Amino acid sequence: MATTMVKENNSGPAQLLGPESAFERTLYPYVTGTSVVALKYKDGILMAADMAASYGSTLRYKSVERMKSIGKHSLLGASGEISDFQEILRYLDELILYDNMWDDGNSLGPKEVHSYLTRVMYNRRNKFNPLWNSLVLGGVKNGQKYLGMVSMIGVNFEDNHVATGFGNHLARPILRDEWHENLSFEDGVKLLEKCMRVLLYRDRLLWFELNSIDSVNGPLV
Amino acid sequence: MSSIGTGYDLSVTTFSPDGRVFQIEYAAKAVDNSGTVIGIKCKDGIVMGVEKLIASKMMLPGSNRRIHSVHRHSGMAVAGLAADGRQIVARAKSEATNYESVYGEPIPVNELAGRVASYVHLCTLYWWLRPFGCGVILGGYDRDGPQLYMIEPSGISYRYFGAAIGKGKQAAKTEIEKLKLSEMTCREGVIEVAKIIYKVHDEAKDKAFELEMSWVCDESKRLHQKVPDELLEEAKAAARTALEEMDAD
Repeated sequence: MATTMVKENNSGPAQLLGPESAFERTLYPYVTGTSVVALKYKDGILMAADMAASYGSTLRYKSVERMKSIGKHSLLGASGEISDFQEILRYLDELILYDNMWDDGNSLGPKEVHSYLTRVMYNRRNKFNPLWNSLVLGGVKNGQKYLGMVSMIGVNFEDNHVATGFGNHLARPILRDEWHENLSFEDGVKLLEKCMRVLLYRDRLLWFELNSIDSVNGPLV
Repeated sequence: MSSIGTGYDLSVTTFSPDGRVFQIEYAAKAVDNSGTVIGIKCKDGIVMGVEKLIASKMMLPGSNRRIHSVHRHSGMAVAGLAADGRQIVARAKSEATNYESVYGEPIPVNELAGRVASYVHLCTLYWWLRPFGCGVILGGYDRDGPQLYMIEPSGISYRYFGAAIGKGKQAAKTEIEKLKLSEMTCREGVIEVAKIIYKVHDEAKDKAFELEMSWVCDESKRLHQKVPDELLEEAKAAARTALEEMDAD
């Protein structure tokens, strides 16, 4: 987590927060990932993100996986501070572990994971110590497709196609025009590739990774 | 069998003149009163089985789990007071997740066994705590292969090829010793465990029982889980036929 000693001599939120305020506040992200784009297609969810983590404007890490499968049903993609993403993955790992240990035939689906993430992000924001990420959570459970997003301040919603960061400005207009129900897998991939190409030109993407999740095969990398 | 304490058995912090702590021995009796629990180490994993004595016909089959997963790679089968067992399992789960969050790897089974044993032993040291009235068979699969441990209410923990606790433990141990465990796969082990449990079940004293089994092996991708339903049914059927053949003699 980013920590900076901020000397605030006049009173403000830092003073009111108490002793932990001096060394427990995320102020800026340092190593960041850029956009994630995802859409619903006929059999499930398609998600694309690049594999780069930047340190400011330097492309510091070139093979970072910014999408991970969560449990049997979901895919999580994140943009923003990579270390915070790794922390979120640890929370989810423990969540899924406890879910699996019940061994009762039930498993957490994308809706449940999305709700959990919203709670985590919102509660951190309330403590003025956010996890600096925009998360995309998609998955299929019992044939039901689900695609949602959570921002770093805890805003969450569900939609047929989502994007984070620059993707919101560059990719979503394309998706709004060209997305329709029951896209085939190939059409979905082509549409995502179109979005990623625009992001490549305009947002200096490196190389992207495509992930899909459908009701039959589960997450495919 | 054992002498009555008369005076030296009122507290777990009192030794008797012949060097025994009676409260711990009484705790072991609580374990002996419960349904048989068996664990065996096969060449590719661990199989555990529990003879769940059904107290009432109203109970839903599949409820009252006696075998719990402690982490991805290990599980515990509990005999004795069920509520005490739940406490031990909760503690083991917390030790396992804590180890992984600190050291970044799943807790080695011998480490987990040591921690659980320490915790059980802890409750035999103070007069204001009573010993756990349950014994635990812990099976797991880590980097060093499959391992089986048994932890008794005294806090003793040993590593075993085959272990049994509960009512039929003597008979079960004899049966386990007959098996060639080093050549057996877990698939075969499941059938053998079912046969043993059916055999040691005392029809006269306790009517109905439910068989609960779990395994950790290469076939389950080294994850601790309930034995798959078809294999469980196959094992039960084999056990019933074996029992009928024995009765026919």
